[in-house]
Amino acid sequence: MSRRLLFLLPLLTLALMAGFFAWSLLAGRDPAAIGSVLVGRPAPHLDLPALRAGDPPITDALLKSGKPVLVNFFASWCAPCLAEHPLFTRLGEREGATIIGIAWKNKRDEAEAWLKRLGDPFKSAGLDLDGKTGLDWGLSGVPETYAIDGNGIVRMHFRGPITERDLNESILPFLKGAK
Amino acid sequence: MFTTGRRGPSTARLWRSGRGDGNNKTVTPTGAKRSGGASSSWLLVLLALLFSFPALAVEPSEVLADPVLEARARTIGQALRCVVCQNQSIDDSAAEVAHDMRRAVRDRLLAGDSNDQVFAFMVARYGDYVLLKPPFKTGTLVLWLGAPLLLLIAGGALLMAARRRQRANLAAPLPLSDEERRRLDALLKR
Repeated sequence: MSRRLLFLLPLLTLALMAGFFAWSLLAGRDPAAIGSVLVGRPAPHLDLPALRAGDPPITDALLKSGKPVLVNFFASWCAPCLAEHPLFTRLGEREGATIIGIAWKNKRDEAEAWLKRLGDPFKSAGLDLDGKTGLDWGLSGVPETYAIDGNGIVRMHFRGPITERDLNESILPFLKGAK
Repeated sequence: MFTTGRRGPSTARLWRSGRGDGNNKTVTPTGAKRSGGASSSWLLVLLALLFSFPALAVEPSEVLADPVLEARARTIGQALRCVVCQNQSIDDSAAEVAHDMRRAVRDRLLAGDSNDQVFAFMVARYGDYVLLKPPFKTGTLVLWLGAPLLLLIAGGALLMAARRRQRANLAAPLPLSDEERRRLDALLKR
């Protein structure tokens, strides 16, 4: 009796492993997902020179205006940034969102030319030339986008380009709900 | 509220613009002297392949002047995970973000941080993901204790089975039946 059970053991192990692999494949488990420790915490420090000549520097005060803010790290050399750009244009122009753009490891004139060509949806724009601010924000690359509520708490962190779905299902409800 | 992670693994790498996501550079000595026949040059190639190791991605411009601090930076760098290359340390990765992290480690060391403080600095920004050696806490209990526990259970089961077998062997034999005793007597010609 117990010997027969012993023979079932390898089969059981196989079934367990197959189950795990199937779940990994079907549930869209991404072992490379970094997650974000920033969500639920106050937004990191912000102190950057303005991208556009004549603008005031980018400081923490912009994140504590009492209104929800989106912070978008981008670069003119980054193709996915190009892909998500129309969504920010829509957010800025049609939805009245306050968006802070931060050019990450991007030369000033290149970032400016990029925005001139595609349209500039940013209320304020900063320049993080050496990537130090990016590191403080837990950035892993560009584009990344943070949604910050009126009290300066990070509520969402998107790694990679935002999509139409992110916009409709997360960002717009957040902008409407957060005070 | 929630974070990202809805994107499937297949697309995860496509959109990431890391500029030179970390491939190991392999260094092979070149310019070997021309000598001997074809066989000895093959030997050289083989030797070269044998002694080629992945080079560190640490750039000369990043290296600190103080060798003690630099050594500490290397120890830390090898325990920190590059956040865009899955299983490379920041010292092994040529990715842009790994470069920034190496520089941040050195900045912290120059500011007088202890090694633990540097790790805390990184964890505050990138979470436990950034540690190549996962910390021991409730969420990682199974990871840390699972294998030793299985070993204990398997060892215990083996021990019990062995002991049961031994007990069975040592148990006093059953007394002979009348029939058996008669046969034994006949054999011994009593």
